[in-house]
Amino acid sequence: MSELAAHASAAHHPALQHQFTNLEQQREASSLGMWVFIAQEVLFFGGLFATYTVYRFLYPEAFSVGSHHLSFKIGFFNTLVLIASSLTMAMGVYSAASGKKNRVAGFILATILLGSVFLGVKYFEYGEKIRPCFGDGTHTGCLVPGHRFDASALHLEGDSAGHVQIFFSLYFGMTGLHALHMIIGIPILLLIAWWSWQGRYSPEYHTPVELVGLYWHFVDIVWIFLFPLLYLIGSH
Amino acid sequence: MSREPRSLPAEHYLKAGWDLKSWLLTTDHKRIGLLYLVSITLMFAIGSLYAGIVRFNLLVPDGSQMSAEAYNKAFTGHGVVMVFFFLIPSIPATLGNFLIPLMIGAKDLAFPRINLLSWYIYLVGAALTMWALLTGGLETGWTFYTPYSTVFAESNVELAAIGIFVAGFSSILTGLNFIVTIHKMRAPGLSWFRLPLFVWAHYATSIIQVLGTPVIAITILLVALERIFHFGFFDPNRGGDPILFQHLFWFYSHPAVYIMILPSMGVISEIVTCFSRKRIFGYSFIAMSSLAIAAIGFLVWAHHLFVSGMAVYAAMVFSALSFLVAVPSAIKTFNWTATLYRGSVKWDTPMIYVFCFIGLFLIGGLTGLFLASLGVDVHLTDTYFVVAHFHYIMVGGAIMGYLGGLHFWWPKITGRQYVEAWGKVSSLLVFVGFNLTFFPQFVLGYLGMPRRYHAYPEEFQILNVLSTAGATILGFGYLFPFSYLTHSVFRGEPAGDNPWGAKGLEWTTQSPPTTHNFDEVPVVTEEPYDYASPPKEAARV
Amino acid sequence: MSPAFPLAPERASSVAGEVDALFLFILGVTGLVALGIWIALFYFAIRYRRRSDDERPAEIHGSLALELAWTVIPFLLMIAMFAWGAKLFFHLHRPPDDAMSVSVVGKRWMWKLQHPTGQREINELHVPVGRAVKLVLTSEDAIHSFFVPAFRIKKDAVPGRYNIAWFRATKTGSFHLFCAEYCGTQHSRMIGRVVVMEPEEYQVWLAGGRAPESPVLAGEKLFSELNCITCHRPDDAGRGPVLDGIFGRPVRLAGGERVLADAAYVRESILSPAARVTAGYQPVMPTYQGQVNEEQLIALIAYIESLQVQSAGAPAGRASPSPAKGARSR
Repeated sequence: MSELAAHASAAHHPALQHQFTNLEQQREASSLGMWVFIAQEVLFFGGLFATYTVYRFLYPEAFSVGSHHLSFKIGFFNTLVLIASSLTMAMGVYSAASGKKNRVAGFILATILLGSVFLGVKYFEYGEKIRPCFGDGTHTGCLVPGHRFDASALHLEGDSAGHVQIFFSLYFGMTGLHALHMIIGIPILLLIAWWSWQGRYSPEYHTPVELVGLYWHFVDIVWIFLFPLLYLIGSH
Repeated sequence: MSREPRSLPAEHYLKAGWDLKSWLLTTDHKRIGLLYLVSITLMFAIGSLYAGIVRFNLLVPDGSQMSAEAYNKAFTGHGVVMVFFFLIPSIPATLGNFLIPLMIGAKDLAFPRINLLSWYIYLVGAALTMWALLTGGLETGWTFYTPYSTVFAESNVELAAIGIFVAGFSSILTGLNFIVTIHKMRAPGLSWFRLPLFVWAHYATSIIQVLGTPVIAITILLVALERIFHFGFFDPNRGGDPILFQHLFWFYSHPAVYIMILPSMGVISEIVTCFSRKRIFGYSFIAMSSLAIAAIGFLVWAHHLFVSGMAVYAAMVFSALSFLVAVPSAIKTFNWTATLYRGSVKWDTPMIYVFCFIGLFLIGGLTGLFLASLGVDVHLTDTYFVVAHFHYIMVGGAIMGYLGGLHFWWPKITGRQYVEAWGKVSSLLVFVGFNLTFFPQFVLGYLGMPRRYHAYPEEFQILNVLSTAGATILGFGYLFPFSYLTHSVFRGEPAGDNPWGAKGLEWTTQSPPTTHNFDEVPVVTEEPYDYASPPKEAARV
Repeated sequence: MSPAFPLAPERASSVAGEVDALFLFILGVTGLVALGIWIALFYFAIRYRRRSDDERPAEIHGSLALELAWTVIPFLLMIAMFAWGAKLFFHLHRPPDDAMSVSVVGKRWMWKLQHPTGQREINELHVPVGRAVKLVLTSEDAIHSFFVPAFRIKKDAVPGRYNIAWFRATKTGSFHLFCAEYCGTQHSRMIGRVVVMEPEEYQVWLAGGRAPESPVLAGEKLFSELNCITCHRPDDAGRGPVLDGIFGRPVRLAGGERVLADAAYVRESILSPAARVTAGYQPVMPTYQGQVNEEQLIALIAYIESLQVQSAGAPAGRASPSPAKGARSR
């Protein structure tokens, strides 16, 4: 395509926003914007990771006991699910970039499905720990930190029972924040899937698919760190 | 003598739509800058009212003017509103938003809709926080130290924490927008080392906003979660560490003070060069100093914890770094002063604010050295010396720069000129009032008066009375620019495209600019601040 | 300094003079710099004021020499300020060996102090002039900060840990004591005074009033009342480690590491016994969290610390279930 024609077609591209001179600049700016956003997210989770580091150093046994109490199988299954969802997401981006329009929505829907499986499993995992906290009477098995926390199932003496509450505070805090990121991501993925079904994206312009892919990969990577830190302490 | 009466241009951004919708749904960075201007002026007024209450209480030593609870809520409200809702957004969200695209020859920021979103997020955060402050109040201090804030405070901690959490995202999005804009949307020929120093300053500020704010977001969220869900991170009875909170909190809140001062320094660089009609002295040193301040500023946070019981060697490291961070600020100050040498200095209002800034920021910055020095900090920390130190920087520095910038770019923003005499009078009032308010506080601090005291020993009274007298003059002084600047919007003389004969792409457009800023993309061939060559007429680029 | 308009508090401790000297040094250096810049600003602004609108001033970019000068020289001056401050801080950090230890517990909104001989005070601290005093600070609730402007010392009182500060008063008199960390409604009423007396007067003051119970004695009573003695027997037949001579020495833990049995470790062992168990013992000790307050903890620690002293000869005044005990050597 001649340079003039390329310029003309890009200049009239419906997706080009008025503040940019061409699609390339728009794509680069959007991409940089997403990377800056991810940098910010790293610092956001970073505060929790710093807190984790401090307390794990102070209370290694409480953390070890708490970690053993989490289900390795569930955590591992969820890890596989999330990695698979990153794969489908990457396939979605690739399809958009190579013009295989029909597949993009499909791959994104697969990603959403896998993400939902992850969240469903989390719901179940949380439920086990939270359900005993309701109602009157003894709250055996309640693992929500606070007045109703019951460490008897963990066989911890003395004030390590207090220390293991910090472990579970971090468990709920870190996985909860992570799950929140997925809950926010899924409707956005739905929207992108809908738009790609409508034919909005092409090899010249599929930036939103790329960006949402970056976000999803980031969410996956956070989990890759969380899983060993929370589920695999003291495993030999 | 005859001079053609000027008139405002036929089309400009203020005229592009009169209804509420065109303002509330605008994506024009200039309009968003004005939306922010209105909101932060309101927050400044609220923060000032709180300050008035604080100073009123301190007129008498026995605390009889009001209850201790009321006083504690007043100083907390003052801090929270001023830090999070005035100082942090002030220059970036108003002048930064308005000027950065103009200064780099762009039509708008990289993400105009995110810019608007950022304003709405700010409003939500402000509304939540004000609701918390007004219904029941907050009395933890703006620093929320644990375990007081998590266990003992009986006030709207959770709601205020959530309000601040929300407002943090406004700051992050603004920073993100600026970083991408400066990287990707510069006009042809505008290399990094041709950028105005205002842009460099905002670039450095934006890095801090993006990397630092999330840490306080998660920290303040943890405080809220600890209160609501009884997590035990900071509760020593459950193995938590209250000092961990301080580390997490100050990891952001120290760089935050550089968010507050760097943009103001950017303003000073722009004004000093225009009103000396001379190239800035040491351009690249000033530019690099901005980045150095941002970088080193992340490494000094624990100087707020010197007496908390931290390890001696750790304290020494932070002390050394705290001295180091002063060096780039010193470099800037020397360079600004040197710019005046053999210049052509005009004493207009913006330049008077520059003099105020340099003079007062010197005191503020240099008193930081006393606090960086461990042996002296033991005596001075948590006293009024610290209060005086940071007010000299925040008010004597940042706000003076903000006012100078408002006056400098007012003709560009509104198309009209204010009355110069009023500008000079107000700056004098503000300068006198400010010094009378805060200089006595250095003495109070060394004498040992602690911060956040509702009642105090009698011997401190006279200095407190002087301080309150100064605060009254200062408050009164701030009313002046508010009045005459507002008045000028309706009745001011049309200013013309470049009333100051300044360099910079923003001055090549009409005043006020059109919505899309430039009809054709400008091409930059000059070094910045090339005052040796005569000023261009606004060539309607 | 004119007493009518003081700029500094009295100097009443051994470090006050040096703190003031460092302050004045920094003031001198920064004052000169500030003055220099103000004068330059003022001078340039007047000398180079705009006289005509057509002026085209000099084309000056900068000067590397100047930049280096005004970077390096301030940097060197700052090294001096840093070094002196660090040296002073280090000195403030380490109490002299002969310091008498006073325990301080901050509580909303009062200071509770106890002398080594047992006297308790609230919001007041009587000390002899010339004697080093070590303050062991903690808090029952929020973070407080123990601040005596005349001594130029300040240290936070943090719940859950012990912070140490020290001073040696150099003149008699009464000096302000402030809480310097916001702790709630009556923060500004959490004030008192340090009363420095001549040594003889201090002795008189100590002897006056009811004969107080020394913390060691109080701790011994608690040790028995709380049944510590049943497991921590001096004859090593109990389920817990022998505590004689343990204070201040390294202890080997179950995991193999060694920790110092200092006040913080003893406190933790009482409140969270399973946290760091001595090697060779089961983690069966119950927690005393909620059963002992800060002052009782201080007393128990003082008692356990005192067990070190009795290494030979019949241990006097120590409750023991078994009758006569012979000399024990360690």
